[in-house]
Amino acid sequence: MEHETLGQIFIITVLSSNLVLAMFLGLCPFLGVSSKLETAVPMGIATSFVMLVASLCSFALNELLTRFDLEFLRLIAYIAVIASAVQLVEMVMKKVSPALFRALGIFLPLITTNCAVLGIALFQTARGYDFAQSVAFSLGGGVGFSLALILMAGVRERLNLSNLPSVMHGTALSLMLAGLLSLAFMGFGGIGVAR
Amino acid sequence: MSGEQPVHVVPPVNSLRMVRTLMLVTALCGGLIVAVWQVTQPAIAANKKVVLERSVRALIPDAARIVEFDASDKGVTASKGDPAAGAVRFYAAYDKEGKLDAIAAEGGARGYSDTVRVLYGYRRDCECIFGIQVTQMKETPGIGDKIITDPAFLKNFERLDVSLTPDMKSLFNAVKTVKHGTKQFGWEIDAIAGATITSKAVGRGINDSAQRLLPLLLPKLEALQQNGGAQ
Amino acid sequence: MSSQALQASNMEQLLEGIWKQNPVFVMALGMCPALAVTVSAFNALGMGLATTFVLICSCTLISMLRRFIPKEVRIATYIVIIATFVTLVDYIIQAVSLALYEALGAFIQLIVVNCIILGRVESHAAKNPPLSALVNALGMGIGFTIGLFALGSVREILGAGKLFGLSLFGDHFQPWVVMVLPPGGFFVLGLWLLFFAWLAKRKEARHGA
Repeated sequence: MEHETLGQIFIITVLSSNLVLAMFLGLCPFLGVSSKLETAVPMGIATSFVMLVASLCSFALNELLTRFDLEFLRLIAYIAVIASAVQLVEMVMKKVSPALFRALGIFLPLITTNCAVLGIALFQTARGYDFAQSVAFSLGGGVGFSLALILMAGVRERLNLSNLPSVMHGTALSLMLAGLLSLAFMGFGGIGVAR
Repeated sequence: MSGEQPVHVVPPVNSLRMVRTLMLVTALCGGLIVAVWQVTQPAIAANKKVVLERSVRALIPDAARIVEFDASDKGVTASKGDPAAGAVRFYAAYDKEGKLDAIAAEGGARGYSDTVRVLYGYRRDCECIFGIQVTQMKETPGIGDKIITDPAFLKNFERLDVSLTPDMKSLFNAVKTVKHGTKQFGWEIDAIAGATITSKAVGRGINDSAQRLLPLLLPKLEALQQNGGAQ
Repeated sequence: MSSQALQASNMEQLLEGIWKQNPVFVMALGMCPALAVTVSAFNALGMGLATTFVLICSCTLISMLRRFIPKEVRIATYIVIIATFVTLVDYIIQAVSLALYEALGAFIQLIVVNCIILGRVESHAAKNPPLSALVNALGMGIGFTIGLFALGSVREILGAGKLFGLSLFGDHFQPWVVMVLPPGGFFVLGLWLLFFAWLAKRKEARHGA
């Protein structure tokens, strides 16, 4: 596998291979939390942080597991690490910003089942990224996820005030919107790929 | 709320119970995974081998025997399990008389959607690549996937120059994908019009792999020829 | 409960998962795999069956163990059990069909965070006897598979002119490529949801007015 530079990995994960809009990871929170900007932003930040922590820990775990020939425990180990990372973020957030903690409510523990976080860990293992590349990948994932979330929230807030047939409101509309966003992001195709 | 619920005393032995349950469940699950893994491993290995052999044979139809090797700075060794870090895997194809016919190796690079992997065939006498087989591709159907079918593109690989410098340390000219219609030299690949990114991925994949493999392999080629693959 | 009543309620549960509480069209759960792998009917079926397998096994096992799992560690235990079955199905798919494995890729392992499974386990399997849990899981699994199949077949027909790899429209068909690309996934699922919302609205109008 060729060696992608850190900048390339970051840009590709944010734009042309956006975690949500191109790789379909993290859709539950994407459709669930993106109705208001004020919940979208902290959710994006919290998820990005969990992604980074999960990526680092999974990298270390993978090294350990490979050394002891225990690759079949990989999935369970990753999930355990992610659940712990989410607990950690919850505790930190409770102490640092209780208001934010209350605002996010149930969505914070739901980051555990966010396919994006586990997806980051699994993809970085599958692509054989080294430590620095994994960090770039998870940072790009966090930024990409937050970007998609914020864009979605912005548009949905506007749409709430518009005149649409009532049957369209809800998930169907969000999906159509997501499709349009995804189409737009396809325009970034090829950005960051080596010449 | 107070007064509605009776005071519930939690027995202290609960944490032992929690730990015990978790351990039992984990042991049960671990055992299950290991059992299924043991059962499926031979089938998985066989499947992978079949897929690989199919690609190598599509590339080198007359191959009578295909042997897997790993090349590294320590030399060429028969493959065992996954290649070690820094080692490059390749496949040596021997004809009916046991003579080394050609070498096949895989290269990959990021295309438009995901990684594009190609298996390329190399022959010493022309110091060139004589063909490719796309082994992994998730590019846009009708656009990027033309690398499999487009005859003009595939013609690039009938005699792709990958000769080495005299000191055998690197390729004399790196394999490069150029814009459709601008191919001048034997080491260039003419991209498919409208599918430049995917075409470039093929070029980069081959270049990366050849740059790593050929300098390690060529000095040892004689040994492979003589032994007939038995190592 | 008499055995007939039990059977009736089991049947109800089965159908509920397929129609009234269809995970894809009604509850909008488990969408990550739904959109990512449904570029063809074959992949969609494979993913649906894999998820159904994990769903059935996890729900049944957890239901059998439900009295032994202390409340405090239940989520952790559920996740370990689900992850185990996902790892199993990962190996089984690799052993049976490498082509399916390449097509589904990392999304097989992502079944473990599929909200459907954890949701089912938490809301149903943990509180009901094994047979009931199994039937409920089967219903959900079938519903999920049907949902994925609906997505996958539409995308394959429009985007490649084929179904299960068999060409449907002949050589002159110009495939609507966007359908097999990410935006297409969003659009097709959105349209299906729209269709079901419209059906529900019509039913409501007829019964309510």
